[in-house]
Amino acid sequence: MITFEAVKKRFGQKVVLDGLSFHVEPGKITFILGKSGEGKSVTLKHILGLMEPDAGRVVVDGRSVAEMNPEAVKNYRRRFGMLFQHAALFDSLTVYENIEFPLIEQNPLPRRQRHARIVEVMQQVGVVGSERAYPSELSTGEKKRVGLARALAPRPDFLLYDEPTTGMDPLIAEMIDRLIVKVARENPHMTSVVISHDLKAALATGDHLIMLYQGKVVLAGAPPLFRESEDPVIRQFFSGSVHGPMLFM
Amino acid sequence: MEAKIEYLGRLTIFVRQVLGKMFAHPWRRHLFWQQSLFIGYDSIFIIILTGSATGAVFGLQIGGVFSFFKAEGFIGGATGLALVKELAPLVSGFVLAGRVGSAITAELSTMVVNEQVEAMEAMGIDPLHYLVVPRVWAAVFTMPFLCSVFIFVGMLGVYFVGSGIFAVSEGLFMAKIVELVKTSDILFGLQKMALFSAIIALLACYHGLHPLKGAEGVGLATTTAVVQMLLVILIADVLMSYLQVNLNL
Repeated sequence: MITFEAVKKRFGQKVVLDGLSFHVEPGKITFILGKSGEGKSVTLKHILGLMEPDAGRVVVDGRSVAEMNPEAVKNYRRRFGMLFQHAALFDSLTVYENIEFPLIEQNPLPRRQRHARIVEVMQQVGVVGSERAYPSELSTGEKKRVGLARALAPRPDFLLYDEPTTGMDPLIAEMIDRLIVKVARENPHMTSVVISHDLKAALATGDHLIMLYQGKVVLAGAPPLFRESEDPVIRQFFSGSVHGPMLFM
Repeated sequence: MEAKIEYLGRLTIFVRQVLGKMFAHPWRRHLFWQQSLFIGYDSIFIIILTGSATGAVFGLQIGGVFSFFKAEGFIGGATGLALVKELAPLVSGFVLAGRVGSAITAELSTMVVNEQVEAMEAMGIDPLHYLVVPRVWAAVFTMPFLCSVFIFVGMLGVYFVGSGIFAVSEGLFMAKIVELVKTSDILFGLQKMALFSAIIALLACYHGLHPLKGAEGVGLATTTAVVQMLLVILIADVLMSYLQVNLNL
């Protein structure tokens, strides 16, 4: 389980996380929602230990991330898979090599087992046939799927998605949303955390939603709770209107 | 001024961290060979070109002066000494800073901008160990070899000028080289080159891993890196030459 305990983070004068507290249930798909600049990606970086809180704690399976030594952090991060906003595939490696990368670097397996796992995840995300292609030869949707295959390959306990559908056309976004659910259902031990501002997708695919505003949680719960909420921030986020309590700067 | 001190502090920490990881496991031999091919093999042509041109031009200039004193026989020895101790390390250092250093900075900064370095960190892989260490080892091993090639082709350039234009006999040419150029001079030149190689690799990697955001950041990082490499090489050259002359190192 991932728990945020009154986490505070500021960059210069800008307070990004202001006593943020929430928890992520194991084995579920949790969406962390909020408009741009609300600290969603910063939250993700705190989970991975890429950033340390100014105050408060991030606790994962009973261990505080900030209190781990560098070796422990390295091993801790190997429990995570992450799909980056722009996939972050290595340009100089082919699709096959990109997926193979964490399998070689994290937990070296014999070549045959490695190959079997690569084929398995490529089938899972539907990119079979593009093994020899380089990232520059792939479409945006394909890059995301390869990024997902790379994240899945080492069988992580947690899968993090950073804005998986941002900037995509509705069809590809729908495909990625379906893939998130498919992958979660096929790996029931795995906890999925999705950073997004796509409320429609969150309601359709998430088990648990957390809405951030001004560095705090406005509402957390199952999708029906959000649909029925009368909170003006939630209503404004639903409507997509610029008129309301949420400030757009 | 404060920013410059801060920069020096960051650079010092970076260098210390890299040096601390130079012998750390795992050894990624394939990355070392890959970088050695890029730095060494791919630079041979430009080194041959600049080396032979430098030798020939220097031979022409110094031959003109020596012929005034009827001392053309010294062309080989004098140019050999200048090439071994000064010209070969300095000119090949400049050429390699432009060719190799800039390429390393551009490659790494593009990786940073495209979140590839962050993806590596998220997988629990240390970017300094994976990206920087093999480049530094490859530079320190291959650049002194390139410097030797520079000396050899430079001497060939001088020989053709000496025998073709100033009618110096082969025996006299070789005798003066043996008389004036000592093994310690060659070692001093190669030591200089090894230091320049470390300067090129470390500065290139530092600026590559710390670019400003965006495509503009990549360009700026590359320009800054190359300018700093050239300046630091010059300063190191002055210091090493001073130490050699005054302390007879």
